[in-house]
Parts: sequence; C-alpha cells; structure tokens
Amino acid sequence: MNIIISNSSNKPIYEQITNQIKNIIIAGEMTTGDVLPSMRLLAKELRISVITTKRAYEELEREGFIETVTGKGSFVADKNPELLREEHLKRIEEHLIHACDIAKVAKISEEELAVMLKLIYEE
Amino acid sequence: MKNVNLEKNSIVVDKISKHYDGFSLENVSFKLPKGCIMGFIGENGAGKSTTIKIILDLVKQESGNVSVLGDNAKNANVREDIGVVFDEGCFPDEINADNLKNSFKYIYKNWDSNVFDDYLKRFSIPNKKNMKDFSRGMKMKLAIAVALSHKAKLLVLDEATSGLDPIVREQILDVFMEFIQNEENSILLSSHIVSDLEKVCDYITFIHEGKILLSKEKDLLMEEYGLLKCSKKELENVPQDAIERVRENQFGVEALVKRNKIGRAFTIDKATLEDIMLFMIRGNKVC
Repeated sequence: MNIIISNSSNKPIYEQITNQIKNIIIAGEMTTGDVLPSMRLLAKELRISVITTKRAYEELEREGFIETVTGKGSFVADKNPELLREEHLKRIEEHLIHACDIAKVAKISEEELAVMLKLIYEE
Repeated sequence: MKNVNLEKNSIVVDKISKHYDGFSLENVSFKLPKGCIMGFIGENGAGKSTTIKIILDLVKQESGNVSVLGDNAKNANVREDIGVVFDEGCFPDEINADNLKNSFKYIYKNWDSNVFDDYLKRFSIPNKKNMKDFSRGMKMKLAIAVALSHKAKLLVLDEATSGLDPIVREQILDVFMEFIQNEENSILLSSHIVSDLEKVCDYITFIHEGKILLSKEKDLLMEEYGLLKCSKKELENVPQDAIERVRENQFGVEALVKRNKIGRAFTIDKATLEDIMLFMIRGNKVC
C-alpha cells in the first residue's frame, strides 16, 4: 500500500490520504475486510499529525469506504457500486468546475466548452 | 497500582497569570488532549518558559489553575510521570551516561536501565564520555533518553530541538512519534523554530507578549489562513473582514487572509506556521 503526501499540493493532507485510500479500494488493491494501518502508525510513518490521519479515516468512514471498530482497527467496508459511481461523479464534477473557471476567465462560451468536451470524449 | 485516569487532557492550563518587572503572563489558557503533540510557539521572551515552569510547579502562578495528568505537578506521583527536557543541558560537566544511569535508578521509581541503554545505542551516545565533551546535539539526545526511560506519560520540552542539526531533529521527531503510539501519552514542545513542528504537531498554541494569540488544531489553522500577494490597488477589492494582517513593501503587499471569507476570485498561497507567526507579530492590522 502506497500513500504519498505532497507538500506542494493544494489539497490538505487529510484529503490526499482519503483520496489515495479511496483509489486503492476502487482499484481493488484492498478488498472488503482488509485491515488498514492504525491511525497512529500511519501518522508516525508519514510524519504527520495524528489528528490528520484520524480526520482522513473519519472521512472515509462517513463516505462508507471503511469501517472502524473501537479497539480492533479499521477495515475496508463492503463495496457498494452506487457509492463508487457517486465517487467518480464527484471527481468529474471537480475537474469540470475547474475547467469552467478557466473558461470564464478566458471568456470562452458554454457552447465552445461543450463542443470541446464532446470531441475529447469521442477521441 | 494507580487508579485508571479518565481525564481526557494531560495538561489543562486555566487562566494563569504571573507578573514580573517588565513582563507579565496574562490569562493564559490551553488544553493538551492525551495522545497528542502540542507545539507551543512564540518569540524569545514571549512567555513560553514561564508558562512551562508554572505547569511543572517550578514557579507559582498568581492566579489561575493548572492540572497535569488530572492532578498537580506538586504531587510526587505526577512528577514521576513527566519527562522534562530543558533548553540547556542540565547535567553536570564531570558526569557520564553510566553515572546518570546509576543515579536515576534511585530517583525514578519506574526507571528502566534497559530502555535507557537502548536509547544510548540508538542515539550513538558513548557511556563513559564526560558531559563537558558532548556536543549540543548529544546533550539534548541524552536528556531526551533520560526523559523517556522512566515510563513517563507526558513529555515537556522547552526549546529542546532548537539549534540542532536536521539529522538530529529528525531522529528526535521519530522518537516522539514512537512515544505517542500509546494514546495515553502526550508531548508539549516549545520552540521558536517552527518548521519541524509543523510536520508532527496536532495542536498549536501561539503565545505573544504573555498572552495566548491562538490555540487550536494545526490542520484547522493551516486551512484557515492563506497568503495573498498582490498590489495595493488589488488589495482594496479584497473583503476587509478577510484580511487578518498586512505587510507592505515598495512594490506590493502581502496579506495574511482568511480563506473562507475571501472567495474564489483570488489566488491564495499556503501560509506556513512561520508565515502565520511572522504576520501576527510583525504585520499591520487594516483599519
């Protein structure tokens, strides 16, 4: 399991962790019931605050990716296909917002943008 | 066997004040939850050491309360559970690590010579060399080894990592992270060098001229503030309540801003802990 923290990323560290663990789960590298490293171990290895790893795990738990059992640790939760689709949609939305922001700054119209998207998708 | 301690915080400082000629500590309050590391930052002379001495019951406060591990550092049992490292090596010149080992086993009830030997080996500290021939880094590592060899639950370090080279600081941070693998343990770390604190601290408490400017989770602090670099003219378009502090130069301005109030129209750089500290102390408020 690889988790790489970038200091130059604009994303907060907890979000970098949640995203990477999500990717690991979505890619099937870890499956239902697999044990995740403890929050304190992860903090130690990555040299970050325990509160940061705790927050990352809480986020993953809230979104249904993992389950945490007090005293036993955190496990990969049952995979829910709806959830995964939702997750992908959310990411696409993020990128599209970014694209739209750039378009607005450059005064590129909605139509032009739509044409571009269509072309790229069909590529 | 001691009672199981249900207190959530290892240190609670509640409105302590202390006045000296030319310096006063006023209404200082903060909490260090168990299992966490707190960075206690501020300039030289801001009141860090005075606060730490009051926590350790080495100096008596004029008002306010301090609770350490659910009790008071006056209590010998509580003192057993605190590992302390001060800025200046506090061991006599003509003493070596073996001498210390032989003395401390009579001082601390929970002293563990095996643990101490392990740290000496790990930190490459010679057993027979006299303290006066130690480098600053060696002295600090030895003091930390002592602090960690009597099963302390709370580590208090006053400027212990300042003036050490990056390799030694790294080794020490490793040891800290191991220490808090036990969620009952916690660390209060005072420093004016903030860069390495940024990495591992859970909480930041910032003291300036004897008053607490802020005390909160580090992650929230880093998310709350950002740096905006722009021209004076552009700054006028920034919502006034988003601007925390400003520093001007001949060619533009830099502002410490609150991210949630500024909107997406501006490009905001990350503010490091050092930036936040500098702006809070040296920056101007916009009126």
